[in-house]
Amino acid sequence: MRIPNSSSMKLYVLSGQPSKPCYVLRFNHTTVMLDCGLDVSTLLHYLPVPLVHSEKFSKLPGWCPREVPASVKLDTELKECAGKVFLDGEPEFAIPEFDLVDMSEIDAILISNYHCMLALPYLTEYTNFRGIIYATDPTLYIGRQYMDEMVEYLSRSSKSVKATKWKQPNIISCLPYPLRDAVLPTMWRQCYNKHDIQACLSKVQTVGFNEHKDVFGALDVMAISSGFCLGSSNWVICSQYDKISYLSGSSTLTTHPRPMEQSALKNSDVLIMCCLTQTPTANPDTMIGEFCVNTALTLKNGGNVLVPCYSSGVVYDLLECLSGHLESMGLGGVPLYFVSPVADKSLAYSNIYAEWLSQDKQSKIYLPESPFPHAELIKTGRLQHFSSLHDGFSNEMRTPCVVFCGHPSLRFGDAVHLVELWGKSSANTVVFTEPDFPYLEALAPFQPLAMKVSYCPIDTSLSFAQANKLIKELKPLHLVLPKAYLSPPLMLHNRTDLVIDTDYAPLSFKRRDMVSIPVKRRYEKLDLHPELAATLLPTEVRPGIAVATVTGYLHARDNKYLLKAVEDTKDPNKLKNPTHLWGNLDVQEFVKKLKERGVTDIKVEDSPGGHIVLLQNDDTLIQIENGSTHVICQGNEQLRKHIRDILLTCLQKF
Amino acid sequence: MGDIKVVPLGAGQDVGRSCILVSMGGKNIMLDCGMHMGFNDERRFPDFTYITRNGPLSEFLDCVIISHFHLDHCGALPYMSEMVGFDGPIYMTHPTKAICPILLEDYRKITVDRKGETNFFTSEMIKSCMKKTVAVNLHQTVQVDDELEIKAYYAGHVLGAGMFRIKVGSQSVVYTGDYNMTPDRHLGAAWIDKCRPDLLITESTYATTIRDSKRCRERDFLKKVHDCVEKGGKVLIPVFALGRAQELCILLETYWDRMNLQVPIFFSAGLTEKATNYYKLFITWTNQKIKNTFVQRNMFEFKHIKPFERAYADNPGPMVVFATPGMLHGGLSLQIFRKWCTSDQNVIIMPGYCVAGTVGWKILNGQRKIEFENRQTVEVKMSVQYMSFSAHADAKGIMQLIRHCEPKNVMLVHGEAVKMEFLKKKIQQEFGLDCTNPANGETVSIPSTVSIPIDMSLNLLKRDATTAELEVPQPKQSRVLHGTLVMKDGKMLLLEPSQAMKELGLEEHTIRFTSTIFVDEAGPIKKTTNKVYHLLKEKYGERNVQQSCDGSLTLSDSVLIKVSGSEEGEGKSVLVSWSLQDEDLGSSLLPLLEKGLPPDLRG
Repeated sequence: MRIPNSSSMKLYVLSGQPSKPCYVLRFNHTTVMLDCGLDVSTLLHYLPVPLVHSEKFSKLPGWCPREVPASVKLDTELKECAGKVFLDGEPEFAIPEFDLVDMSEIDAILISNYHCMLALPYLTEYTNFRGIIYATDPTLYIGRQYMDEMVEYLSRSSKSVKATKWKQPNIISCLPYPLRDAVLPTMWRQCYNKHDIQACLSKVQTVGFNEHKDVFGALDVMAISSGFCLGSSNWVICSQYDKISYLSGSSTLTTHPRPMEQSALKNSDVLIMCCLTQTPTANPDTMIGEFCVNTALTLKNGGNVLVPCYSSGVVYDLLECLSGHLESMGLGGVPLYFVSPVADKSLAYSNIYAEWLSQDKQSKIYLPESPFPHAELIKTGRLQHFSSLHDGFSNEMRTPCVVFCGHPSLRFGDAVHLVELWGKSSANTVVFTEPDFPYLEALAPFQPLAMKVSYCPIDTSLSFAQANKLIKELKPLHLVLPKAYLSPPLMLHNRTDLVIDTDYAPLSFKRRDMVSIPVKRRYEKLDLHPELAATLLPTEVRPGIAVATVTGYLHARDNKYLLKAVEDTKDPNKLKNPTHLWGNLDVQEFVKKLKERGVTDIKVEDSPGGHIVLLQNDDTLIQIENGSTHVICQGNEQLRKHIRDILLTCLQKF
Repeated sequence: MGDIKVVPLGAGQDVGRSCILVSMGGKNIMLDCGMHMGFNDERRFPDFTYITRNGPLSEFLDCVIISHFHLDHCGALPYMSEMVGFDGPIYMTHPTKAICPILLEDYRKITVDRKGETNFFTSEMIKSCMKKTVAVNLHQTVQVDDELEIKAYYAGHVLGAGMFRIKVGSQSVVYTGDYNMTPDRHLGAAWIDKCRPDLLITESTYATTIRDSKRCRERDFLKKVHDCVEKGGKVLIPVFALGRAQELCILLETYWDRMNLQVPIFFSAGLTEKATNYYKLFITWTNQKIKNTFVQRNMFEFKHIKPFERAYADNPGPMVVFATPGMLHGGLSLQIFRKWCTSDQNVIIMPGYCVAGTVGWKILNGQRKIEFENRQTVEVKMSVQYMSFSAHADAKGIMQLIRHCEPKNVMLVHGEAVKMEFLKKKIQQEFGLDCTNPANGETVSIPSTVSIPIDMSLNLLKRDATTAELEVPQPKQSRVLHGTLVMKDGKMLLLEPSQAMKELGLEEHTIRFTSTIFVDEAGPIKKTTNKVYHLLKEKYGERNVQQSCDGSLTLSDSVLIKVSGSEEGEGKSVLVSWSLQDEDLGSSLLPLLEKGLPPDLRG
């Protein structure tokens, strides 16, 4: 049995990537995991997995540092490409540090959006986790699409060889940057499989926005709209006395998702904040404009445009803005292609999630029309979708065109082939819109490239200015955030505006930290049974303040307490309400009452602390002081009881 | 907090014009606002004068909740909000909000344009009424105001049908609207969590029916349709534009596909395509199977079913026609019926419940002569079939729902009085719950015990656990607890008495009694003390008596006993001192000691 501890709230940091969070909150006898993000940046260390046989990537020279003997055969897993060293093997990911907390103790996982759940199968299928997972319906469906897409991409590769030798500490230290800086590569894991996804996601329970969910009677958790993507949420976690807000991917911009709800986050005791913008210097509105302009320019000149992107999210806005822009530029006939194993699902599902969309889009269903214009674009044939480049795409393709396809890392998916195919011509353009990967690193293995490169990252997450403003409005008692947010981003030392700046010092954390959050709890909720309440006799001790003594039977069940009338007990004394006396005794009144009761021969003397009342005939003495009365007698019980009763009528009590 | 008061203005021992008023914790809520299909006079709407004789309802109602888009649940809404007057919020689910205005407009057209009635609500009124509606999502807790919250659950009756839980403080009521506990071809089954409401207000349309398996009914339906068209007959299926119609369409569509039938199927035009579009956009409200497969094949895109045109009714040869409205109380279905009913080759299949007074009800009750508006009487020769496809819970389903949400009381509405009585007995017997079925205008008071939420000091919880008889402090163990309840600014705190004194700035006043008696004991003081010690130990248990080094004894928290006198002398005086808290113990000691100590052990 765990005894309530009034001051223990702890946050364990399982992920060091603030945009792919994974934290564990221990509090009020419960353990809750906040998000389960997967750090996919490790992909950039690997060579691309080509869709079709690639002359270029299959004939790369091996690479081995001088310090490592050739017998290790390191050159089978390290390849030199475009002047850099890459890993040649099945790509691996840095999973959250599940060893930091016993996973079997986790009662619930709160998922805030589909970007922050890709590590879930590692947790549910490969640890002793047995709790509940909560996510909204779109988060679950689109999250599944993301997972399915990734697994599908990886399964197209023939690479089943794992690169492991390079991870040895004596070898890694000899490797060039950035491989040598890889954090704990021995903890990296290869991708899960379709079966894992199925089993994992069957454990997810869907919730709606503003739906209260009870976690073992100890916590009430509720997802509220965060405005970042379809179904994205922040979480409000409440015990009877404390309110913790978890602010994950959020946006105050007006795009397709339902707007962010801020009022519910107000006056939290603790605000945990992560997932701020990854591209703080790029304004999303400007970028989407640039994206449209650059795309139109390339098309006008007869070139094709490749947009490596995820299968859901900003791509809907891109389709909407671009189709409108092209129309206005007289390029309405240019075909748009969306290539992904889940393209059909992504486009279809987005149009049935009206309840999760902005007011503007939502009102369309009352007409009834599809919320997103891409439904219309598909109907008119301007937008076509394919599950892969082999799915009839080559027959249908007309150039110039715009192709949206995965994966934005350019390490797998159809985008790999298209970069190779279109990279040779300077008429073509690749436009990077996803903020998860630095575009130069993504392109590195494909160099040299003739095609134009446009970098228009669109990250609708909160900017530092927006976050600072939000914190001021929300007024949390304690602010908890990644340490990285307290200093300007790398390479931008002078941009001191790109930090979280508050009037008081926030609690900050980094990977593998355990943060103690000083939250003190003084009360526990208790339900008073009406039957017991009816027997209480309150006395007013001061105007507006009443006090009653209560003796009841405390029932404890599911972390909930109920106080009922005591029904039967072996010890009848327990039923008695003890009396609590307070205030000072009015000596004159006391003497008067003694006289009324027939006590004679009373003498009152002053004493250093008050008064002494002497009953000379009865050999009895009563010492009266501030806050105490002492009756000293010689065995005369009848008299003593008299005095006792008179005292009780003279004093205030409850 | 007082009792929960409920009065049906409609749907009390009746089906039609559902409208139930609930008052709890100072809040007044209207559940549904429907019309009655069996009446054409003022009885078609609920009697709102019950709420107030004159003037708008706004100040008497905190909110209105509409369970689903069927007109007997929302048909009086524009009348109520625009003609009687209500400016507060009207809550409904997204699909209801989308579809309800279409059906209202349809209803208005039939009443005003076709029947030529005046003094009815206008299209403008429907629009301004819909502006007052607030769409809710399933399971979302909607805060109507600081105290009143509502939450919608999936009801499965028609697209977007909801059951609603209304909560004020710790009191709650669940209103089911119409619901279905078995999933059908396009909708899922109703679901509710174990929310333990004080009152469950449930529909009871099929209070006495236990329906046979769905598959059998479907097979039966298909056979009847197929037999008729094979013989060259026409099949008329009166339906409401949305709901059952889509389920039957899916059923016929797949059957036609499988059997490769060429006989045309028509759906009365206008509403159909739009209606089906709603189904496509609200896929999330249909069942899991449709949701899972809609990307590949949208079940609501029909190949065999074509829009109907008025002239087709006179076409020779077999056909199947779905026509609105479902109870043959006007509109196209009635017109076609009039044309086809005289031939015994034709079949009419009534797939749903018909309200008393409608033509549908009449033919279902065996009436073979139907009188139309212009006093023309027509003899019905066509075969009349009734197939219960209406998606209401049957008796089994109702019992199942009660089991699921564990209410403290049950109220039956939306059903026939006789059938209700039967179900009422069953509920009372099976669950031991109080069950009522008030008539319209009859108030039911549900007594409710409300526990009072208070804040208990954690110190009290923990410290009290250490001083209780438990060896190990176990704050979670049930036990007797003693504390002081402080009531201040409407808040209640349960504290330790000393803490309460401190927080309120009160100085505790202690009373102590010291009484000295003489005992006839010889020998050293220590010997007498020992005798007293053994006596106390025997009487109060070893654990409670302590001997301190100055020779005095302590008992319980505050009782002190000290023997004095001369070491040699015959008499000893025994001083007993105790505080008021130990009054019982202290005062019981004196007679015990006076009665005398046991004789010396050595005799």
